[in-house]
Amino acid sequence: MTIIEILFWFLSALALFGALMVVFSKNPVHSVLWLIVVFFAISGHYIVLNAQFLAIVNLIVYAGAIMVLFLFVIMLMNMNTESEPQKSKWLRMAAALSGGSLMLIMVAALKDNTSKVTGMFTAEANIGLIKNLGKVLFTDYVVPFEISSVLFLSAIVGAVILGKKESSTTHS
Amino acid sequence: MPINYYIFLSVALFAIGIVGVLTRRNAIIIFMCIELMLNAVNLLLVAFSKMHHLKAYALNHATTVGTEAQLFVFFIMVVAAAEVTVGLAIIVMLYRNIHSVDINFLNRLKH
Repeated sequence: MTIIEILFWFLSALALFGALMVVFSKNPVHSVLWLIVVFFAISGHYIVLNAQFLAIVNLIVYAGAIMVLFLFVIMLMNMNTESEPQKSKWLRMAAALSGGSLMLIMVAALKDNTSKVTGMFTAEANIGLIKNLGKVLFTDYVVPFEISSVLFLSAIVGAVILGKKESSTTHS
Repeated sequence: MPINYYIFLSVALFAIGIVGVLTRRNAIIIFMCIELMLNAVNLLLVAFSKMHHLKAYALNHATTVGTEAQLFVFFIMVVAAAEVTVGLAIIVMLYRNIHSVDINFLNRLKH
């Protein structure tokens, strides 16, 4: 068992356990913290897959910014109580059954594919470094990059308009 | 590690996200499960990028095949960040109006 395999199994177990704890925690704050654990595990997978820049961006954007936003909203609503109403038992069983059957079908459909790349993750690759990614991003993909800035502008405007106090425009 | 293991890991994470969306009633938890599904897809894209790169690397050691998939993941992250901002603003507005984030109270469009 090489070190890559040990890392793979450890990070996979961490990601799956964290994901299950996100779903089954009663307290929303604990769900956010377990989701941060999942993001760390996925970043570890990115590093194993030689995508170093994406690993750092995943940590900074997801675990650093988005999860803090979630924590802010949860604490703003004062929702860290454990008395959340649950769905009925039958609904939960039906949901678990449907999700499990989706996973079963996908695994059954994909388990027989014969990958031609067997010696995977042995050669070193430097396509995930910031030099290569930046070169491609600012030459071939510069138009989507600029369009994403417009997307962010619209997201800012939308968040401000939605989060603003309701003034005399509504008649409710 | 063969690519199959990464496919199965991503499928498992995606299915856990779907189960979370279907079982929970808290709108914020549902939103977090959607983020989990997005990350499962990102992980699969990076794994396929690596597989594609190794196939080309065997022929030419200076190849940059596989960069596009990583940039795709980067753009998915950008879109997810914008989506989270607007979605959380909508949830805060709903909480201000009906003082709850229980999705069973959010069926007002029916009536």
